[in-house]
Amino acid sequence: MSVSEDFSNTEKKNEQISWFEKIPSAYWILGMLLLIMPLLVNEFTLYQIFGWTFILGIISLSLMLLAGYGGMVSLAQMTVAGVAGYMLAIFGDSAITTISMGWPWFVAIPIAIIIAILAGTMVGWLAVRTEGIYTIMITLAVSAAFFYFARQNYVIFNGFSGFNGILPPQLFGVDWRGANAFYYLTLFWAVLSYLVVLYISRAPFGLALQGVRDNPRRMAALGFNVTAHRVAAYAVAAFFAAIGGILLTWQSAQISPGTVGIGPAIDILVVTVIGGMARPIGPFIGAFIYVLLKTFSVDILTSIGLSGERFQLLIGLGFLLIVFFSPDGILGLWNRWRNSLGKDPLTGERSENL
Amino acid sequence: MNAPVDISQRISRGTRDGALELRGVGKMFGALSALSDISFTVEPGERRAVLGSNGAGKTTLFNCITGDFKPSSGTIRFFGEDITLFPAHERIRRGLRRTYQISLLFSGLTVLDNVYLACCGVSRSRFSFFRPRRDDAVMARAEELVRLVHLEDVSQTLVSELSYGQQRELEIAMALSGAPRFILFDEPAAGLSPTERSELIEILNGLPEHVGYVIIEHDMDVALRVSEYVTMMHNGRVFKEGKPAEIEEDEEVQALYLGGEDGLGHG
Repeated sequence: MSVSEDFSNTEKKNEQISWFEKIPSAYWILGMLLLIMPLLVNEFTLYQIFGWTFILGIISLSLMLLAGYGGMVSLAQMTVAGVAGYMLAIFGDSAITTISMGWPWFVAIPIAIIIAILAGTMVGWLAVRTEGIYTIMITLAVSAAFFYFARQNYVIFNGFSGFNGILPPQLFGVDWRGANAFYYLTLFWAVLSYLVVLYISRAPFGLALQGVRDNPRRMAALGFNVTAHRVAAYAVAAFFAAIGGILLTWQSAQISPGTVGIGPAIDILVVTVIGGMARPIGPFIGAFIYVLLKTFSVDILTSIGLSGERFQLLIGLGFLLIVFFSPDGILGLWNRWRNSLGKDPLTGERSENL
Repeated sequence: MNAPVDISQRISRGTRDGALELRGVGKMFGALSALSDISFTVEPGERRAVLGSNGAGKTTLFNCITGDFKPSSGTIRFFGEDITLFPAHERIRRGLRRTYQISLLFSGLTVLDNVYLACCGVSRSRFSFFRPRRDDAVMARAEELVRLVHLEDVSQTLVSELSYGQQRELEIAMALSGAPRFILFDEPAAGLSPTERSELIEILNGLPEHVGYVIIEHDMDVALRVSEYVTMMHNGRVFKEGKPAEIEEDEEVQALYLGGEDGLGHG
């Protein structure tokens, strides 16, 4: 399993003496657990629960980068992911041979990512001139426009039915849509995206982005081109969204207007808010909860005698509860719990040993 | 108002341009005229104080010079270049710096990160995706500036936990980032303790000779000890200009400002 080897190799590189002891044991346990997951759970869980969690997490991570670090809430990240998926289908292989060009994967994938980055940058270029609710409206308009365009255009986007039969390349003789292989493929990209975002957040680009969020006027007075920095953030976010979009397209082997509809666009926002936007782990936590709710709410509802079609109700209720009790998502709950740990439950004083 | 004098000064210096030249700068907020017909030239390396009561337009003038506002009329030249219509970041990259009266710091970042950001803004590393290495030149410069304003003990502290005086000192460190050619200080001494004031005066007088500045200051003691020339503003206009001693002696100024019609009673 080459990807799992790749993954453990990168981990080995990090095991320098100075690092080794700094990493908390909880991280090691989580890392080991994720690596041996295929031994613990069945194929459905690997492919549908974890695969989907990682993919949604990556796309939501692109929103977290914009909203958490940049203060710009974009509803167009699913659209950017969808553009990457569509471009993969158009330039690569699919069952719609009249449209798909059938170019090899090492050409089609880079083209798909580049076009998605261009699309994301265009969205950013439109949206950065606005603030708050207007950014949301503009990006919502973009995603609605792309949805209707893809649904009505049959020459390029094959209209309502979209593309099916989009398969990952049989690289190293591995069927990447097999449950184990797909699990490690998505895990690899999720971990990589997470680490890159974490790293960028403390690099000049990320620090400046947070500066632009907190105080754009001051950033201009320090010599930063605020508009250019915001547009660049959209471009960077588009890269992660594109990776998520390609994986999403492979997972279901198809892309259609339904993938990039307004519902899925809002779902990305829901996932990010549930998880929390303060840190890049938030989107993955949110995605896990969302996927669990979406997958099992039908069973829960039918087990208590309700119609299974009402699963959206349960998701909405879960969302409402989380936002009501913790506006900053699960991460916020986690932080408060961590803070309360060190306190004496009666006096509220912080003990020294924690 | 004093334009003829300035022009003759410039002619006598040949082709050399002033660091900062204002020609008939005005700023209207709706029908309210906050600044009108402000003209003066500050030479490279010159240190000038701008005095005036509250509402005289001092901070508005700074905002026009740094590009926070666009002036309604007039031109602003910076080392000979017309910067009137430049966005703020372009002015900063040309060596203009300012501090803010109200703290506009990044309270969620540490002291060092604040200064580091300021140093990044005027360097090519502002779009860098790589974290600074231990020997990073920009980081080294940031650490040097933190030492200059005596904040090295709190360099890893969040700005939100600093005292007011320390925040003012951090403002100054940020204004000194990169290669400043000219700095605008907006009431740097406001709210400082006497010790911090003398530290501030030390820092200002210790700036490199070629770095000129304009300082807005209510405290006459500070203003007169750090400036060579004084511009008095009143109701959005230049009211008087002269050497600190002349201004201090001037009866009109005393009537207006020191003994003040508005009863400010500074000095």
